[in-house]
Amino acid sequence: MSYDKKHVESFSAENGYKKFRGVFAESPQLESNEEKHHRKIFSSIESAVAASGLKDGGTISFHHAFREGDKVLMKVVKVLSDLGFKDLTIASSSLLNCHDGLIEYIKTGVITKIFTSGLRGELGEAISNGLMQTPVQIHSHGGRVHLIQSGELAIDVAFLGVASSDEFGNANGSHGQLSCGSLGYAKVDAQHARYVVVLTQELVDFPNYPASLSQDQVDAVVTVEEVGDPSLISVGAARLTKNPRDLLLARIAASVIEHSGYFKTGFSLQTGSGGAATATTIFLGEKMTQQNIKAGFALGGVTGSIVDLLKKGMIGAIADVQSFDIDAAQSLRDNPAHNEISANQYANASSKGAYVDRVDVVLLSALEVDIDFNVNVLTGSDGVLRGASGGHCDVAAAANLTVIVTPLLRSRIPCVVNSVNTVVTPGQTVDVVVTDHGIAVNPNKPLLEKRLRDARLPVMNISSLRDIAIARAGTPKPIEYLDKVVAIVRYRDGTVLDVVRQVKR
Amino acid sequence: MNLIQKGIAGTLESSDILVIINPQAGGGVQLSLQSKVEKQFGATIRRVIVEKLEALGVTDVVVDVKDQGALDCVIAARVQAAVYRAAGVDKVNYEVLS
Repeated sequence: MSYDKKHVESFSAENGYKKFRGVFAESPQLESNEEKHHRKIFSSIESAVAASGLKDGGTISFHHAFREGDKVLMKVVKVLSDLGFKDLTIASSSLLNCHDGLIEYIKTGVITKIFTSGLRGELGEAISNGLMQTPVQIHSHGGRVHLIQSGELAIDVAFLGVASSDEFGNANGSHGQLSCGSLGYAKVDAQHARYVVVLTQELVDFPNYPASLSQDQVDAVVTVEEVGDPSLISVGAARLTKNPRDLLLARIAASVIEHSGYFKTGFSLQTGSGGAATATTIFLGEKMTQQNIKAGFALGGVTGSIVDLLKKGMIGAIADVQSFDIDAAQSLRDNPAHNEISANQYANASSKGAYVDRVDVVLLSALEVDIDFNVNVLTGSDGVLRGASGGHCDVAAAANLTVIVTPLLRSRIPCVVNSVNTVVTPGQTVDVVVTDHGIAVNPNKPLLEKRLRDARLPVMNISSLRDIAIARAGTPKPIEYLDKVVAIVRYRDGTVLDVVRQVKR
Repeated sequence: MNLIQKGIAGTLESSDILVIINPQAGGGVQLSLQSKVEKQFGATIRRVIVEKLEALGVTDVVVDVKDQGALDCVIAARVQAAVYRAAGVDKVNYEVLS
């Protein structure tokens, strides 16, 4: 039977199919060449916002790969404020000192809710003093993805700063004048936000590879003067610290890893940033070279010290959710063994496979540890929000060996205490606490304790560490809190692990 | 101990304390403290300073202190050094210091 349009139409109608109304009826973007190729280009953030359909009460998101150098978040929030938006939820993968300006927009009602991994600086101080009506949701890097996928955190519009993008939205953080490296957090937002705006410092020819954020996820592309300040992205150079206490901590930590039973060819590691972590990586690298023990892969939070080990052939591959310095960003761009992964691949407990599940050894820092091995990386000794959950609880939960490194005292503040101010990482997932006065092993790891004692490492009871700290510093007066909850600490599975209360002034 | 001039000891480094003392006739001890651990240790720091001044027999003095989280032994030592300098003591018998 030859083609019979009327017959097909009646068949469609009778059987509940959509009627065919012409090839472009459902794809109007193909009607003109201009529209087909250039439709995602917007001349300003304002026009992209208008196209996004963002409304009062909506949720906007950002990533923090540009760290203290980020120029996107405050710029976009100012635009939204000028456009008269109110009652927005801001969901940045984290917030840093450069976002202190948000205080003004919280006061004027532009921002009324926050989801973030961390809070610091004046913003953390203001929120701890009761700035917001609604408590801030503090999540881990993996937990953020869980909240997004479970629907609790529904992003209306994601504003994602990138180093380079083409006009179709293929974008990355590693190829451009300004390089932040991995876009591991932004990848999640690009996948899940209802509307995705890419803000790029450089608009390059189509197609732009690698496409960390890809054209099928991106709605709008806006070229902006600068997305970040490159001098402020780096959180620590790969050089060895001169701080003698950090060096001592690093030597002990490297020895703990060496004698833990996990130090053998094919092992995997995550070490993070900061003076002691970088030094530990360097000392561990020396042990790896001397004993010819090669790691299968390193995960992170990647610094130049890890990149050095990759270059020397002592690490097989790097899985990079966030590049902490320019060496890491360049390595991601140039070395095929250095791979970008999303936060979902990195640490989400409810993903089909997270890299943290395959980590043997992780080195993490702490503001405080208590005698039950619970770790606080969020609130300072005065109870004020000045830290970040980060990937801390994610990787601690999954790794075979979780090592916490902290000085016993910071000035005269004891860092091993009876009970931490805020639990971010449950003690059950912490195996060893390394301090400059000795190390403590979780009683749930007797075999590990035996190995470390056999290696003549200074193992002691964690309550002895607490006692030494108090003998040196005295007992601090407890922090006084009010009843009002200012932040809710969500564990990686979305449950509530702790709450942070307003501090009494 | 008889104070004759301004005495300064310590630094603004972390874990140190800067102590500046000025003699004032008949005014008692006037202590002004800035500390980054004021909330947790303010009372302790004040007590250590006052006790040290008493032990040194200093009664009329203005003490200006900026603390960066120094331990008690450091606080006492800096107060003592500042008092010695204010008293013009330039020969110290370190073996009998306490």
